Amino acid sequence: MKRTAIVGCGQTDHNGNRFDVTGVELIQEAVSRALQDAELTLDDIDGVVIGNMDHFEGINGVELWSISGNGGILKPTIKLTTGGTTGSTLAIGGYHLTASGLFNKLLVIGWEKNSESDTTGAITTAFDPVWDRLVFAGAISGLAVEASAYMRKFGVTEKDAARAVVRDRKHAVKNPHAHLRREVTLDEVLRAPLLSDPIKALDICPRTDGACAVIFANEDYAEKICPKPAWVLGAANRHPYAYLGDVEWYPLKSLDLAAKELYAKLGIKEPLKEINLMELYTPYSFANLSWIEALGLAKPGEGAKLIWDGVTDAGGALPINLSGGVLSTNPIGATGLIRAAECAHQIMGRAGERQAEGVKKALSTGFGGCFWSDILIYGSEKPS
Amino acid sequence: MVQKNRLKRSDFIFIESGEAFQPFQYSVGKEGSRFFTELRDHKKFFGLKCPSCKKVYVPPRKVCGPCFKTMEEWVEVGPMGTLSAFTILRFPFIDPETGEKKPVPYGYAFILLDGASTQFQHFLKVDPDWPPTIGIRVKPVFAENRQGKLSDILHFEAA
Amino acid sequence: MEPVAIIGVGQTVFGSNRKDQTYADLVYEATTAALADAELTIDHIDNIVTASNDFFDGRTISSMAVGDACGAAFGNGKSISTVEGDGSFAALYGFSRILSGSYETTLVIAHSKSSEGDLRLLTNAFFDPLTERSLGLDWVSAAALQARVFLKEKNISNIQCGNVVVKNRASGAKNPKAHVRKPLTIDEALRSPLLSAPLKETDVCPSSDGAAALILAKESFARKKSPHPIWIRGMGLCADAPFGERNLAESKALRLAAQKAYQMAGIDQPTKQIDVVELSEQFSYQELLWMEELNYQNSSRVNLSGGCLSAHAWIVSGLARMIEASLQLRGQASNQAANVKRALAHGQYGLCGQSHSVWVLEN
Repeated sequence: MKRTAIVGCGQTDHNGNRFDVTGVELIQEAVSRALQDAELTLDDIDGVVIGNMDHFEGINGVELWSISGNGGILKPTIKLTTGGTTGSTLAIGGYHLTASGLFNKLLVIGWEKNSESDTTGAITTAFDPVWDRLVFAGAISGLAVEASAYMRKFGVTEKDAARAVVRDRKHAVKNPHAHLRREVTLDEVLRAPLLSDPIKALDICPRTDGACAVIFANEDYAEKICPKPAWVLGAANRHPYAYLGDVEWYPLKSLDLAAKELYAKLGIKEPLKEINLMELYTPYSFANLSWIEALGLAKPGEGAKLIWDGVTDAGGALPINLSGGVLSTNPIGATGLIRAAECAHQIMGRAGERQAEGVKKALSTGFGGCFWSDILIYGSEKPS
Repeated sequence: MVQKNRLKRSDFIFIESGEAFQPFQYSVGKEGSRFFTELRDHKKFFGLKCPSCKKVYVPPRKVCGPCFKTMEEWVEVGPMGTLSAFTILRFPFIDPETGEKKPVPYGYAFILLDGASTQFQHFLKVDPDWPPTIGIRVKPVFAENRQGKLSDILHFEAA
Repeated sequence: MEPVAIIGVGQTVFGSNRKDQTYADLVYEATTAALADAELTIDHIDNIVTASNDFFDGRTISSMAVGDACGAAFGNGKSISTVEGDGSFAALYGFSRILSGSYETTLVIAHSKSSEGDLRLLTNAFFDPLTERSLGLDWVSAAALQARVFLKEKNISNIQCGNVVVKNRASGAKNPKAHVRKPLTIDEALRSPLLSAPLKETDVCPSSDGAAALILAKESFARKKSPHPIWIRGMGLCADAPFGERNLAESKALRLAAQKAYQMAGIDQPTKQIDVVELSEQFSYQELLWMEELNYQNSSRVNLSGGCLSAHAWIVSGLARMIEASLQLRGQASNQAANVKRALAHGQYGLCGQSHSVWVLEN
């Protein structure tokens, strides 16, 4: 049982179609940047963990197919995959595997090349072939249904949701890795074409090609590699429901339960005050209102107020998604891991133009599957 | 530093997977088979009731997840139900079932069938004169030629 | 390293086409069997690692279908993760979750129903789409290439391979969980029709439907609650270069994985110090190749369960080997050896054994 930290991160140049590289080369781009960030070489790494969603690229056994680019040749190599939560599941895996002492320096990689298939078609295959597939239409349809139930319950408006889009897209301008780096206005969001009521084109995340690599090291190595490592304080998750029809629409139960478990474990009573920064896997606008209620930042139905008050903007009391979030960049298998990397770089003081001040505790989430959630909390101080 | 790609798309070669696909014969299991048989032969819906929490599951399955108990008690549910959430799909995408673009727009509904504890998903008939709202009563419209699958129901519509 | 124990095991019967069961049903059967074997209930389990493969299950995020069936939703729900690869790799992650101090008891569960899809196409998808896939290769034709180079390099005869089939099928006949339970003579093995030269039908393992579950626990829990703890003393995992980029006549990855496991367990003379071995041999020649890389010479102590040549569910196989090795250590195996104190279990994944896990277990 060892304390463990993130000591280096690398992201590719994410965009809508990285036709200039193969999947293996895309992975390698993130790996070499992470190694550079940690000032390590592949020889220092004693294991590789990688994840994506198989059917998005149409390759079985991705960890073995991509091994020349992922650095796993003649090393332990493991694939983790849980759908949208893959990236955060990878971060949780990196934490457990290094904390176990079986691995000292572990390379963790999430990636997706969404441009190579029809994303909605591929996500639709995520649901039960007999019961769900006939009517289901990818992530957007499930989220639209959640939004409709949330709006109905609390009288939340499309304008409230649009404000969260404006925030994330404004933050993205300062992130050189973001896919969409153009600011948008409330009006633009509200007038964008309707995709699936009430979700409009700018309410939803883009399809992105990209990879992210994160190096985890345990206490025997972390401080030697990185002057200010981002210690992992804990993780929790919930992946309930076998069919979409089992989902209870409010609150996001998986996040509510996982957050409660982790807060209790770490003695966190007032997350809004005790956590300095969050990177949330909020793939559509309404999630930025409703899911922060599940995280205990606002009372039911009052998430929007926090957003309008600017509390979660850059410079606010609890900045959320300074990277621009998932609404600006979404290479699915990497997305949850990018959240971890962004928190880590903020703690390390390596977040460049998007750096927040005095980040002592940061929180990242992952979302996917059948309304599943993963959550991790990081700290600047080595846990006792 | 992030660099822009210097080469254009036309400078690259792409390889198409063509019509390659993976054919499957999915097992529906004992519970699912009973459900589809009843639907096909009698236009009836059946769920399974948990002996512990008493929740009625549709689709029926062997185990109640939260109680981890085997379910054996069949309960007839529906055919009427209440609309618990919905959206109207307006964007085109490739339907993995057919390989074709799915015709849009269509109503996508979560329906709480009378007597069931979980929601049943299906198409919702959307009528310009009848804007759907959460909470309305809905009924199924069945296909003439039923084969024991979900499309034995054409859609749900306002009751 | 703090000791971690295997405290419960469960397997379904392996069969060619379990049409009456969804793969979630198979998972439920194996999970409840493992809990009963451990004399525990689901509330004793504090986290779960599943193993599955989206291609074999014919859907993305196929683990979604098994969450309820393995108890992940029980009560307020449990922390869960999913490994894609051999079940023994999932066991490694489950093992590390206990060593990390985050959890006390991990349920590891693997399933597959390859009868639902087309195995040739499913395994063709392991190959690189740009360079190899269009050649029409699948897992059997790839293995034929490996067999050709290995048999030639080591001067191994058809009869030696046939003897592996005869031995494992004889053992499999005694195993009530096995898929193929009919013994075979050496003549029958040698006269079996060619599938992809030099591989004959009987050289190839069946592809079975089935599931297996293992319950791991930290030492304090195991000593208090388990009637028959089996201790993990060593483990190694290692992956090799892709199919087209390595010498198929050897397996450096398996050698390294074994070295690591032997070192942890303090083994320097494997043949002397290990009483029984459960190998993942998808093909007869692979048993000979894997034994060589494990530096293990006593073939009569290998695959007493019948091995993969008697039952082989993709994804599940390595976990099934760990279970059979544990049963030997408990003295409860179908084809029990005498005085078993230390056992080795092996899992593999990918084309021609690209990735391997090696476990050393003791009672």
